[in-house]
Amino acid sequence: MRAMSAQSCFHCGEKVAPADLDPPRYPVSYRQQVQATCCAGCQAVAQTILAAGLDSYYTQRDKPAERAAPLPDELLQQMQLYDAPELQASFVKAEPGEVREAALILEGISCAACIWLNERQIGRLPGVLAVSINYTSHRARVRWDNRRVQLSQILAAVAAIGYRAHPYDAERQDALHQQERRRALTRLWVAGLSMMQVMMLAYPVYVAEPGEISATWLGLLNWGSLLLTLPVVLYACQTFHQGFWRDLRRRRVGMDAPVVIGVWAAFLASCLATMTGRGEVYFDSVSMFVFLLLGGRYLEGMARRKAGAAAESLVKLIPAFAHRLDNYPASRQSQETPVASLKLADILLVKPGEPYPADAEVLEGQGSADEALLTGEARPVVKTVGDAVIGGAINLDAPLIVRVSHLGQETRLAAIVRLLDQALAEKPALAQLADRIAGWFVLALLLVAAAAYLFWHWHDPAHALPITVAVLVISCPCALSLATPAALTAATGRLARAGLLVTRGHALETLAKVSDVVFDKTGTLTFGQPRLLATLAFDTQRETELQALAALLEAASEHPIALALRTASAPAELAVSDYRNYPGGGVEAAVGGQCLRLGRPDFVAEFCAAPQPAALADWQAEHTVVCLASEQAWLGAFALGDQIKPDAQALLAALPGLRTHVLSGDALGPVQAVAQQLGIAELRAAALPADKLAYVQALQAEGRRVLMVGDGINDAPVLAAADVSVAVGGGAEAAQAAGDLVLVGNLAVLAEGWRVAAQTQRIIRQNLLWALGYNLVALPLALVGWVTPWLASLGMAGSSLLVVLNAIRLAGPSRQVQKQRE
Amino acid sequence: MESLYLLIPLSVLIAGIIGVLFWWAGRDGQFDDLEGPGHRILHDDDTPPQDPS
Repeated sequence: MRAMSAQSCFHCGEKVAPADLDPPRYPVSYRQQVQATCCAGCQAVAQTILAAGLDSYYTQRDKPAERAAPLPDELLQQMQLYDAPELQASFVKAEPGEVREAALILEGISCAACIWLNERQIGRLPGVLAVSINYTSHRARVRWDNRRVQLSQILAAVAAIGYRAHPYDAERQDALHQQERRRALTRLWVAGLSMMQVMMLAYPVYVAEPGEISATWLGLLNWGSLLLTLPVVLYACQTFHQGFWRDLRRRRVGMDAPVVIGVWAAFLASCLATMTGRGEVYFDSVSMFVFLLLGGRYLEGMARRKAGAAAESLVKLIPAFAHRLDNYPASRQSQETPVASLKLADILLVKPGEPYPADAEVLEGQGSADEALLTGEARPVVKTVGDAVIGGAINLDAPLIVRVSHLGQETRLAAIVRLLDQALAEKPALAQLADRIAGWFVLALLLVAAAAYLFWHWHDPAHALPITVAVLVISCPCALSLATPAALTAATGRLARAGLLVTRGHALETLAKVSDVVFDKTGTLTFGQPRLLATLAFDTQRETELQALAALLEAASEHPIALALRTASAPAELAVSDYRNYPGGGVEAAVGGQCLRLGRPDFVAEFCAAPQPAALADWQAEHTVVCLASEQAWLGAFALGDQIKPDAQALLAALPGLRTHVLSGDALGPVQAVAQQLGIAELRAAALPADKLAYVQALQAEGRRVLMVGDGINDAPVLAAADVSVAVGGGAEAAQAAGDLVLVGNLAVLAEGWRVAAQTQRIIRQNLLWALGYNLVALPLALVGWVTPWLASLGMAGSSLLVVLNAIRLAGPSRQVQKQRE
Repeated sequence: MESLYLLIPLSVLIAGIIGVLFWWAGRDGQFDDLEGPGHRILHDDDTPPQDPS
């Protein structure tokens, strides 16, 4: 039956190797039709989902699932460990009657249907009492009856449908963040509610002629307002009080000073007026003022927290479990141990491909480590006895026995995470400038207000307090301090909806000033998943045999070319040993007793004694060519092609006036083909990670501002070095951590990002000009006593509102963009 | 007009009650996930629950 609609995997959407298609090698039966999947992992997952009656997942999802790797037995063994009560103590809440509750973090969630699927799957287990998954944070709360179901069974059930669940220690920072967010929201709400109610009570006074309302009613209205404003001043203003106090102790005057002084002066003056029955009240101004300020701060905090997600992905580099050798060197028996309970000087076994669980020293073995993320060194670093390894780096080729030297907060990774947190908290230069100006402005303002009070106290004591309050309120630089964050928040929100996440404060500012755009080719401009296009045999071997050999050699590599060779053919059934990976070159291994190399022609030529065959010279020059050879003879060559993303064309058309470059580790032919097709003038082929870095630095030395767009781990150093960088999502987590922006939508969104960045700069400038201009005009008016405090607060609020509304223009057309995307 | 003696304190009291309600809702985690419920309602489960035991 030919029921397959396309040649993509029914579960994960990846291409199914032609060899596995007809008849399907991994079939699943969905609504009476046979569908093909790409691998045994996806097949198992799809069968589990369908057997559980959850087939509507496939109709409701809007993104294909991640490719499901079959579960290694070790992982199942690790899951069993989570049942141990002493390990559960750190993250499971035990309730009477064997009821347990735990927080789990889920990996692999990409859409709402995933959430639904996981909730059903966990909820189906007998003994599970309740489960709920947070859509934004991907955290699940599960309650279960420990007599009927074990935690490991819950984890295994999630794994069976292709996701990963890790227990998650709620004591960590997130709990703190959440509490902070809740408190901020409550404060904002208290101020908002009070503002509305006070305004209702203040309204009659605004519309009535003077003397129309009798003193009794006026007093009642004022007392009501006072009661309603009390929680605003005492509770909602706490953040300002804390900031003011912090600044005072450091002998500085910050933005919080005029806020606190203005709020208290206006509040106390109003209280006095209420109690004596004489003078004006400004309760409405106080609560509105506080509400507007808190609203701005809340939005700013939300945007910053979203950006913080990148830092969290770094923490996940440390595995949950380590193989501890308890009786080393007497015995090599390893014991699965949670990393949290490791101690200094513990002896660990680290298998190839695993991350080091902590900073450690090598005791036995020789291999190499990938430390690209941690040190910026993209090439593998050789590790022998006595060398230090960094926790979170990946052990590449050989098992190592190491002794733990640093743990937890002492490790290099922890230090990097702290650095990243700092970078995230840094403010853009324009905002810093505004803060500095505002600081001086505030000091001058306080002096001016004091002088005004003294002056009027001499001349007209009855008006001294109202005028001083008016001066403080009308010229409070909150429009100035809102100008930048409001615009940045609006722009960040709009871009996030379109699929471009801003993770660094300076990103939008720098993006607007970019003169050059440098693209990585593979995975950025192209799909990054090359397919095998042609095979050339030099020897007597058949093409299929060569492909099987290549698939075998690449079996352990995650490089895109390796994936292409793997999906093209089933690996040959021969023994492989002495496997070595040369990033940027290829792989080497002994197959059936013969040493073979597979990789770039120049890499293979270094090793093969025979001269390069003439047939290779011009063969498939526009594609990537990978050669296979033994030490004595060239065996064959494979041409692998990659497709240009359709949105790459749209992106380049939408970036007028910018110089574009393309960099790639690939050979000249394919890079040229892509550059020509997209109209990119400058290109650099066969570039190693260090060459890419040098290229970008050379551009910067010419005084150009470089935007780097890349996706791989090897791009991480370049991304960090560029003036501003975009990591293309779905790429390596390391690259995402190094990018100033992370692109999760299609490439064309980047052009919008560039336009929005320019627009943001314009709007920030308008806002700053307006705020300064307003203060310069309003201050003299207040000083001469032409402005009553209520008019002043109206002016202040109006000015802030104008700034915010101007900023909101940035968020405007997002809905249309979203519709276009859909 | 005398009704204002009742209405104004009443409005203050109601505002206070709303404030406490909100504080309680916030503490209870009602605002922790503002996106999920909107999606969840679309994934209504039509199939009768299978009794697994």
